[in-house]
Amino acid sequence: MAEKKVIDARGTFCPGPLMELISNMKLINVGDELEVLSTDKGSASDVPEWVNKVGHQMVSTTEENGVWHIVVRKAK
Amino acid sequence: MRILIVGGGMGGTILANNLARRLKSELKANKARITLLAASEKHMYQPGLLYVALGRMSPDELYRDQASLLEPEVELHVDPVEEFLLAKNQVKTKSGKTYDYDLIAIATGSRPVTEEIPGLAENSINVYTEEAALKFFKTISEFKGGRVVIAVGVPHKCPMIPPEVTFCLYDYFKDRGLADKVSFHYTYPIGRLHSLEPVSKWMQGEFNQRGITTETLFNMKEVDGAKKVVRSEEGSEVKYDLLVAVPAHKGMAVVEKNNLGKGGWIPVDRLRLTIEGYQNAFALGDTTNIPISKAGSTAHFEAEVLAENLASLVKIGAPVRDYDGKVFCFIEAGKDRATYAMFNYNNPPDPKPPTKSIHWFKMAYNQ
Repeated sequence: MAEKKVIDARGTFCPGPLMELISNMKLINVGDELEVLSTDKGSASDVPEWVNKVGHQMVSTTEENGVWHIVVRKAK
Repeated sequence: MRILIVGGGMGGTILANNLARRLKSELKANKARITLLAASEKHMYQPGLLYVALGRMSPDELYRDQASLLEPEVELHVDPVEEFLLAKNQVKTKSGKTYDYDLIAIATGSRPVTEEIPGLAENSINVYTEEAALKFFKTISEFKGGRVVIAVGVPHKCPMIPPEVTFCLYDYFKDRGLADKVSFHYTYPIGRLHSLEPVSKWMQGEFNQRGITTETLFNMKEVDGAKKVVRSEEGSEVKYDLLVAVPAHKGMAVVEKNNLGKGGWIPVDRLRLTIEGYQNAFALGDTTNIPISKAGSTAHFEAEVLAENLASLVKIGAPVRDYDGKVFCFIEAGKDRATYAMFNYNNPPDPKPPTKSIHWFKMAYNQ
């Protein structure tokens, strides 16, 4: 059964939300999802850019009170 | 109160000493006991490996006897942990002993996993172990010219190594009179040159001056040593004559073996450093899964907070401080100039132009 893990990268500057996503992608199975919490508005564009380039799937991007919730599914 | 510290690196050593100073009277009255379990009788100063790789330090300068670094009240055993039985407040060690504790802090660090990218270990150089740093220096000292490619895995220890190794290597070849025979191509996993945006912008200017080309969104997939190319997960490939790797890291195998965290990273509360599911177990330094820099300064600042909290647990039964995410990183901008980045959970970094005085401050700190 597919799992969903949350990465709380709010307020972290280095390595930052995208780097954390890339690191954690290595630790999950194909079909599992990662939800990245980010206070960096740049994540809303740089995460999809990488996800699309490498061939994973964007599930959703929402913003609540200055926190972006970006959900990605591992596709390969 | 029995306090057990696992790991004799920067985090474990600073924690043990800070705690011993805070609990002087409790230790004297046998109301507290601090035991440190280390994997080696030698303590290595890992930031010095960059200078070993550049031929500017010798390996023996990196080491101190672990015992000589500790306050006399800290009980040291060179006996690595093999089993963590956190539910029983026990660990079992390589020698077969069982240690019981009331409070435990795990600071076992991280390790490069060069072998996880096919072809990387045998076709690249890096600065992350003594053996690797010596191979690095031998390789660069014999290099006659060509294309140097920097390739970066994630997560990696010390986020400043990618720019530092690039700038230092550039100056090294320039000093050898090879400036017109060597070109540099810098790759990075995300869409800019460094995870810290201000550092990335500063690097771009420095790279432009030096003619260093770049490729972002480049995550290593495999290295073909016969064709001398490194391929990325994103589908591109880069030709190299000398491949300089910043390999991805994992936590120690014992952490994963004991199911304390995937990848060897232990999930902790980012403010209190408590291990998820436990009130008397903590982790610090590279070992944690907190999404901040894996760096000596992180371990140092976490150790200071944790020492205060463990001491207050002994004295008043409650922790008193939160870790604010503080990180301080020097950044070598070449052989004789440096800057730094300091930040925490609430304040982004604002690095200043590099100066010689910051370089020498870093050199002094290394001693």
